[in-house]
Amino acid sequence: MSAPGDFKIPERGPGFWQPKILGIICNWCSYAGADLAGGGRIQYPPDIRIVRVMCTGRIDALFVLKAFADGADGVLVSGCHFGDCHYLEGNYKAAKRMFMVKRLMKSIGLDDRRFRMTFVSASEGAKWGKVVTDVVNVINELGPSPITEFKK
Amino acid sequence: MVEKKKATTKKTDTKKQEVKKETSKQVPAPAVGSTTKQEARVGVFLCHCGTNIAGSMDLMAVQEYASTIPNVAYVDNYQYMCSTPGQGKIEKAIKDHKLTGIVVAACTPRLHEPTFRTATKEGGLNPFRFEMANIRDQNSWVHMHDREGSTEKAKDAVRIAVAKAALLQDLYPKSVPVEKAAMVVGAGVAGMQAALDLAYAGIKTYLIESSPTIGGRMSQLDKTFPTLDCSQCILTPKMVDVGRAENIELMTYSEVDSVEGYIGNFDVTIRKKARGVLTPKEAEARGLVGGGCNGCGDCDAVCPVVKPNVFEIGMKPRKAIYIYHPQVVPLIYTIDFDSCIKCGLCVTACGPEKRAIDLESKDEFIKVKVGTAILATGYDIFPIEKKEEWGYKRYENVITSLEFERLICASGPTGGHLVRPSDGQTPKRVAFVLCAGSRDNTGIGKPYCSRFCCMYSLKHAHQIIEKIPGAIPYLFYMDIRSFGKMYEEFYYRIQDEGAKFIRGRVANILEDKETKNLHVMTDDTLLDRPIDMEVDLVVLASAIQPSDDTNRTRKLFGVSCSMDGWLLEAHPKLNPCGTTTAGVFLAGVCQGPKDIPDTVASAEGAASAASIPIHMGQVELEPYFATCIEEKCAGCGMCVNLCPYSALSLVEKDGRTVMQVTEAKCKGCGTCGGFCPGGAIWMNHFATPQIVAQIDAFLLGGEQ
Repeated sequence: MSAPGDFKIPERGPGFWQPKILGIICNWCSYAGADLAGGGRIQYPPDIRIVRVMCTGRIDALFVLKAFADGADGVLVSGCHFGDCHYLEGNYKAAKRMFMVKRLMKSIGLDDRRFRMTFVSASEGAKWGKVVTDVVNVINELGPSPITEFKK
Repeated sequence: MVEKKKATTKKTDTKKQEVKKETSKQVPAPAVGSTTKQEARVGVFLCHCGTNIAGSMDLMAVQEYASTIPNVAYVDNYQYMCSTPGQGKIEKAIKDHKLTGIVVAACTPRLHEPTFRTATKEGGLNPFRFEMANIRDQNSWVHMHDREGSTEKAKDAVRIAVAKAALLQDLYPKSVPVEKAAMVVGAGVAGMQAALDLAYAGIKTYLIESSPTIGGRMSQLDKTFPTLDCSQCILTPKMVDVGRAENIELMTYSEVDSVEGYIGNFDVTIRKKARGVLTPKEAEARGLVGGGCNGCGDCDAVCPVVKPNVFEIGMKPRKAIYIYHPQVVPLIYTIDFDSCIKCGLCVTACGPEKRAIDLESKDEFIKVKVGTAILATGYDIFPIEKKEEWGYKRYENVITSLEFERLICASGPTGGHLVRPSDGQTPKRVAFVLCAGSRDNTGIGKPYCSRFCCMYSLKHAHQIIEKIPGAIPYLFYMDIRSFGKMYEEFYYRIQDEGAKFIRGRVANILEDKETKNLHVMTDDTLLDRPIDMEVDLVVLASAIQPSDDTNRTRKLFGVSCSMDGWLLEAHPKLNPCGTTTAGVFLAGVCQGPKDIPDTVASAEGAASAASIPIHMGQVELEPYFATCIEEKCAGCGMCVNLCPYSALSLVEKDGRTVMQVTEAKCKGCGTCGGFCPGGAIWMNHFATPQIVAQIDAFLLGGEQ
């Protein structure tokens, strides 16, 4: 996994590709952890947009697929550690669904590294920084989503 | 009956409306709600947060962009949106521009969502028509050197928030009554203080303690720094108060078995472990008037089984039927059924009048209902034998501070005479190793400061000088952290009394095989020279860690922990006693290392916080319930099994099987909504169309 701060600020502007990464994260652990990273001024690349849900259990597999269909280059789902879910077991149920999404991606020829589920607790600000850095680095390596290319 | 029917028809009406809204929202045209709802008009307010936000991004570019987003009717910015003038802007704009939704792009909803919801309400809108775009904690603070990147991210964040705000609905929090009772888990000094405060405030309090007596760690200590009060002397009056308080229902030798419900209405099952001895009350309940244990100890005298006493850290024996020490509250003996051989001698000794002993007793389960709960589960000593270089458990004369406390305590196993475990001699040269396992980044010890070891080691040094003429304490330290009231003065006093301070982390301790003396090896970092000091006794000021059962208990109550296992407070500075689970509070060391004054203060804080909902009488629950869109529901029942709270059930309605939500049980996680194959579950405030709109807004630019 990438170390925090292990990224370069890329050149931006027309002609430069910028990854579109969607993060759907739970309110109690990962969103709090991401806030903690802010308080600690842990720097990570900005190429991720966050949608907050109360629990990863809320995340319909279709949300992830919709994001890819809409042209996302990567999706990150992040919740509480197992056994630590604010709603007891929402993250277990989410993880099951997300494995299904990964299998589906493989079978339709979409690199499943574009989709990741992680577990970041409310006290793991530094880990959040690492996770996002790593996700962005991986997506940069993989390049634009084939679905966007296909649409063109 | 008629009323009921009316209510159900109303409900289905609103559900129909929701369905209509939902379908209309999926239409790419500007969102037009059903019948009476007008077009979405969203107001966007950008916060500079001084330079916190404005310093890292081009906020004016974000504002300019925001005004081009569909459904945005008004855009403004202010230095501090959370200030009174900032909130005033929201209120005024709602009225002036007939806004239907509010977006504030500022810090995090975890901080200021309540503030801006109130402002939205003041402006005349339903408070749930507010959405926050996090452009500080998850943007300007974490992309400080990427101005362009953070500006782009802020634009997207605003667009995503506007997409949701345009689809937000009026929601009404549900008020629920609060049970006028509280629970405190753990009866150390923190739990006792919290329970006393609650009880004196007129609240029925269940105090649950897993060991046979209350008192906790503090009852094991000899003296307390810096005043040198005798620990038991100041603690026992409190223990007696707890035993006598009318409003406290004390349950020792008991554990929390399961927790259900939510703030105001926790249903807690307590497992009362088989104690084998009846209290006078229990005896009376069985018809033995005047019976039950009176603490005489006749059973103890005849019991043939000898075991180490945990309270004395194994340095003194106890019987299979035992009390920890003479001042226990309640003064009721306990049978250790793991070692009891059921010979029955104690039953005979107890006699036919008391008949207090029941060798066949079983665990009992008791259900209680409480409004709020306080966790005060305390700490254990880090198993310092893991730091092999200091030889604990290998060398007889290396002991921990807690063992020192018992050895120097007049009621301890040696009657207060400090002796070397190897030969019973009085030690003259005693080394204290501070930060033993604390501030340790090797991965074996704990990275944090255990916070009270410096001070109690100073106290130990004082006690040695006081009790043993000619004895010299040597303190091996990294830094002396004497931060409390009168602590630094105490440090100077101990220096003046002749204690020797050596600044250096102890690298190694070796034992002289013949004399059993110890060689403490370190580097004196002030004099820059290596030291090999021969001493008679080594005391390790061992780190502390969350008590054994903390992890199990916290999961029952849905409380998170930080990386080192201490329970996580809602906010480290502004809500140190609260947790993210409404109605559950933290007191004392379970939240992080604290000395006794801080522990008591935190307990009083927790008690005060826990009493507020009870005194208010009712609390509002966030209205994030699931509802069933009955037209879409196929009655498959997949959701029923997914719900962790058993809030969902299948019912027959108009000849069809549909799902029904018990709102009081639903906590709004949305696990059902995330799975429903027919999309028939509407999660308030996190509805599928709202989330999909957010995804679309990000990836398709909001134009859909």
